[in-house]
Amino acid sequence: MEKEVILKVEGLKKYFTIDKSSKLFKPSKAILKAVDDVTFDVYKGETLGLVGESGCGKTTLGRTIIRIYHPTEGKIIFEGQDIAFLKPKELKKYRKDMHMIFQDPYASLDPRMTVREIIEEAMVNDTSLAKDDRERRVLELLEMVGLNSDHASRFPHEFSGGQRQRVGIARSLAANPKFIVCDEPISALDVSIQAQVVNLLKDLQRKLGLTYLFIAHDLSMVQYISDRVGVMYLGKMVELADTKELYANPLHPYTQALMSAIPIPDPDHEREKRRIVIEGEVPSPIDPPKGCAFCTRCPKATKRCFEEVPPYKEIVKGRFIACHLYER
Amino acid sequence: MSKLLTVNELCTSFFTKFGEVKAVDHVSFELDKGEVLAIVGESGSGKSVTSMSIMGLVAKGGKIISGEIIFEDEDLAKKSEKELSKIRGKEIAMIFQDPMTCLNPVFTIGNQMEEVLKIHQKQLSKKERHAKMVEMLEKVGLANPLERLKQYPHELSGGMRQRIMIAMSLLCNPKLLIADEPTTALDVTIQAQIVDLMRDLKDEFNTAIILITHDLGVVAGIADKVAVMYAGEIVEEAKVDDLYYHPLHPYTWGLLKALPRLDMKENELRPIPGSTPDLLLERKGCPFFDRCEYAMECCKEHRPDKFVKENGHSVKCWRYHEDFKEVE
Repeated sequence: MEKEVILKVEGLKKYFTIDKSSKLFKPSKAILKAVDDVTFDVYKGETLGLVGESGCGKTTLGRTIIRIYHPTEGKIIFEGQDIAFLKPKELKKYRKDMHMIFQDPYASLDPRMTVREIIEEAMVNDTSLAKDDRERRVLELLEMVGLNSDHASRFPHEFSGGQRQRVGIARSLAANPKFIVCDEPISALDVSIQAQVVNLLKDLQRKLGLTYLFIAHDLSMVQYISDRVGVMYLGKMVELADTKELYANPLHPYTQALMSAIPIPDPDHEREKRRIVIEGEVPSPIDPPKGCAFCTRCPKATKRCFEEVPPYKEIVKGRFIACHLYER
Repeated sequence: MSKLLTVNELCTSFFTKFGEVKAVDHVSFELDKGEVLAIVGESGSGKSVTSMSIMGLVAKGGKIISGEIIFEDEDLAKKSEKELSKIRGKEIAMIFQDPMTCLNPVFTIGNQMEEVLKIHQKQLSKKERHAKMVEMLEKVGLANPLERLKQYPHELSGGMRQRIMIAMSLLCNPKLLIADEPTTALDVTIQAQIVDLMRDLKDEFNTAIILITHDLGVVAGIADKVAVMYAGEIVEEAKVDDLYYHPLHPYTWGLLKALPRLDMKENELRPIPGSTPDLLLERKGCPFFDRCEYAMECCKEHRPDKFVKENGHSVKCWRYHEDFKEVE
């Protein structure tokens, strides 16, 4: 059975221009390629995990997809309609279908609004519900995310980090969206609370048939929640595969190194493990390497990697990779 | 053999306008030369305040109420600020979570490193100081040490800054290094590099390390002993293998079950319900009582004693009282 594609991203680029003027009267501009030619599909009802180190462009990609940022080039096809360059008015129709859960539950809730107002605000624009219905829906949503009706009249500062993130989730669900971008929703939370929030997200997905794009740097959490996982490096997607296959058999040298760098809570395992140490740090996205983005740190790099950009293609069904090692 | 550091019944409180917060509540532990003790716990569990108390750096409004901190047969808790400042940076050094805020942005790396030597090693000449700084920077794996000395903190990446902090803390060959979440702000591949570095340095200099973290994966790879803190108390302490393979306290069980793991397929995440208690409220019983699925009547009213097994594994939980029997 062919799975239904809800979102298709094709050759998406997001460049930022940066003022690099070193002298007052000698302006110069540099281009930062935050997302550089990224292509992938998201199937309906699945969770697509997106991992990578800080600065790899995963957050920018998420924000560009739901059009918080204007894309530089490419297509974002949501349910058959390309929304990449729609004008704000035309876009409004699609706003209610896509929502976002933010990383920092402290910064993403207005401290002067009550929880009721925060959640209701999301409905005012995107739904045609009357005041009474909205209020009823707020209580319904609070219950859905494991809070209760007493919480509605409180302010964000009265909640703990985990509870705030629940409020953030309730807000994102307010207009019955189909697709939610979760941008590091758990990384600001404590370990024991992380599991609560992730399990809540899984439950909601099952109940409401949601599709998630789950952005995180915690590879073990991504494995737990995702059906498929994409690995990003320096603005590019380097590997994308089924979660099980990716974790059992990572192909790209970067994915391999990333996997082996994750500490595992098991002392024997940690003592015996041979780590693939990658030297150095991520190069600057303003001045990326000429060939493959990873060539400066890759233990398997050849001459070709420094000269030619490896194409991103499907090598086996459902397994995408951008690496010269796997070209036939 | 005498211990390098013995902390005995340490209590540190903060006095706020709402009342007294017992951030560290009767904490005791010991540390040998060259040993690594990891203190793990969630935010607000008192792990950082414990380390700040040892350093004599408790923030304004806080005070060591009672207890001893015996470092090489001298009680640090009784020392004056002047005496402490001779020990700080020389005998006991510290590295912090965020290397950006710990380095002074208006001085070069060279200036800042030299300051440590000027204060603690007055006998060195300018040349000797320079040679020592270069040597240290090489030891922590930084390329071009001469150039680094002339740079300002903003010119370096997060991983490099953390290496500088480590180099700086090791300049005077400290006997004890306190590392407060040294890798939390870093990416996994950089984190792996820093953990490897700390392990090498421990072997080379025989420095004892107190590692404060919430990441049980990092702990497994480096620690000899682990202390688990909850609401200001050490609820369990053991050798690293005992703690991971035979945890005793229900909170430790919960923590280990709440972690998604790369090495296990299809594990179900079991979150710990609820959140950490408010330290402002006076409590009688076990601090974990509200969240513990094994809680008994006596846990509510009576604070658990510390029970120590033959192998030194200690735990604060009534389940290990000699009269405790499991009821079917």
